[in-house]
Parts: sequence; structure tokens; C-alpha cells
Amino acid sequence: MARGGKSGELSARQIDALAEAGNIGAGNASIALSQMVGKKIGLSVPRASLLPLASVPELAGGPEVPVAGIYMRVKGDCPGSILLLLERESAISLADMMIASSMSVAGDMAVRKSALEETSSILSGAYLNSLGELTGLFFKPSVPGFAMDMAGAILEQVLVDAAESEDHVLMVETAFEISGQLIHGHLVFFPDLGTLDAILERLGVPFE
Amino acid sequence: MSDVVSVGVAEMKVSDDSGTLASYGLGSCVGVAIYDPLRKVGGLAHVMLPDSRGIDCEETPGKFADTAVSRLVDELVELGARRTGLRCKIAGGSQMFEIPSNNQRKAKSPHAHIGARNVEGIKRELERLRIPLVGEDTGGNHGRTIKFDTSTGDIEVKSIYHGISSL
Repeated sequence: MARGGKSGELSARQIDALAEAGNIGAGNASIALSQMVGKKIGLSVPRASLLPLASVPELAGGPEVPVAGIYMRVKGDCPGSILLLLERESAISLADMMIASSMSVAGDMAVRKSALEETSSILSGAYLNSLGELTGLFFKPSVPGFAMDMAGAILEQVLVDAAESEDHVLMVETAFEISGQLIHGHLVFFPDLGTLDAILERLGVPFE
Repeated sequence: MSDVVSVGVAEMKVSDDSGTLASYGLGSCVGVAIYDPLRKVGGLAHVMLPDSRGIDCEETPGKFADTAVSRLVDELVELGARRTGLRCKIAGGSQMFEIPSNNQRKAKSPHAHIGARNVEGIKRELERLRIPLVGEDTGGNHGRTIKFDTSTGDIEVKSIYHGISSL
């Protein structure tokens, strides 16, 4: 395992640098979203934190909260997982906004699903592109997978990918909302612990 | 007695005072409930992966199928359960996301179909320890919450799309 594989070794400075990178990524993603829906997007200050496994399913308000999760595995120089999480009502509203602005079939769940997958591809793409520009590293997202179910069940997927030999996961999270639409969501990047050397070095906070 | 104790991802807990143990929002993870109906002791593990493959998990034995089952049995026996009187029920192990099509050829990746492999890993360990599996609600592509009454062995399974059922 690479250095830094054990989560306790990440310093506060390194975590701050990852949060700042997430801020730039989320800023770019929000511009993309704003262009798609023609509304202003509000962004939270991004959080980067190391979480114990058992607390990850709490991320979106509790493990039983019904949410839509659109998940992509990221390959390349800094592998990880990226997840767009929306409360169920927000997911439906956002999908219908997307559909209304491009065609005239709203209300069909299969159409909503593909609208959300497309939205997530664009948001995650914008997020990862700006991380790529910032660091000179290569990020390659998979095609998205979609689920609408309990938040805990959806977040377990990320744990499986990120935490085989770790008891923590690293999470870079930004909450966003679309003004006037009661649409709230989270865009969360989970870089795999154990392969952080490259990104930390490019961000100027390498392991000692 | 009516308190419900949550068992989070990779955790395990046991009870000898008729407590209720719960795992909320199980996806690919599997809730493993083992109990002795006569001595009224039971325990629940929230298993995340099928095989520890030698990874050190002394502090989180509940994370892997192989370590969770054997550790749960040891702790229950310590609480007074009969090793030969144990029963097991399992729930969870779904596949929440279809594996994206351009990864299909790489579906050999260790985390493909992890839910099904968790269930297999648990069954293998139960067979090895000769513990009968008396109830199962696994697979599919939906999340589950389980509440396990350690004194009776009854489990309530709840999901968004299939309502409430009992095991």
C-alpha cells in the first residue's frame, strides 16, 4: 500500500487543500448546472473530512432517507468515486426542469432517470475537468449508474469501492441548491485513500 | 428493552437482555443475525465485504463475512449461548447499481456483484461452523432496514418499494 494509506497520516493542511480543490471543482460544476437550467445555483463551502465507515450512510440526512444517487467510478491518476445525491423530491423536480427545457415528455420515471444520469455526467465532468486543469492529473469517470432508494444503501456502494483495507473514507462534499426551486443536492467526491500521493503533490502538500 | 441499538457499517453488537438491534439502509451489505432462542441471546453484524483475505481487522471484525460470523459466535457463547443451539438469519446483499456497460468486460473486478458475494461468503462460514440458516431475504436491487429482536429471533425487514415483512 502507498504511503498515506492509513488515514491517520493525512494532515489538516492536506485535507484543507483537498477541500479547496473541491471548491474549484464545484464552482465549475455549478456554472455548468446553471447554464443547463437557466437559474442561479447556491453552493455551500465544501467540506473535506475523513469519516469512519459507520457514519458515511448518515451523509444525506440519515440512512433511510429516500434519495436518488447517481454514481460514477473514477479512474486515472487519482481514482475514487463520485456521487450526486438528491433528495427524492429534489431529484424529480430537477429531472423535470431538465426535461422541460429539452423536450416535452415529463413525468415518466425512465425519462427522469436518464435526465438525471445526463445531468450527473455533466456536473461530474465539469468537476473533474477543473480538478484535472488544476493538478495536471488525468481523471476518467465511468458511465453513470442510477438508483433511487434509501441513502444508506446507496452510500454503501462507495464504501465497498473505497474502503477494503481502510476503516475511514475521505470525502470532499459540496451542497448546492437551485434558487427558488427547493432543489437541494450534494456532489461528493471520494478519492481512494492509499492513492493520494499524486494529487497531494500537485496541490503542494505532499506526504513528508 | 424497547430501545433499538443501531449497528452501523462494519460494526457488530450482541445483547443478552432482550434488546432490539437494527441496521438501517442495507444495500450490498448484509445484516447477519445469530441467536440462541433458548438462552435468548443474539447478535447482529453489518457485513460489508466477503473475505478479509488476511487484512488486519481485529478492531472491525464485523466488516468481513469470514471474521464477522466467527467473532459473533464467540461473543454469543461468552454471553451464555449454546454453540450447538445457534440459528442465523440474513438480509441485504442487493446490487444497488447496475454495473455500467462499458465496464462489463471488466466485471471481474473484485467489487462486481459484491452483495451476492457477501451472501456466499456468509453461507460458507455458516456451513463451516454448522449453524443453520433459518431465514433469508437477500438479493434484488433495493435497500433494506432490519430490526432484530434478540430474544425471539424475529426480524422485521423494511424497504421503500416492498413495504414491511418479517423473517
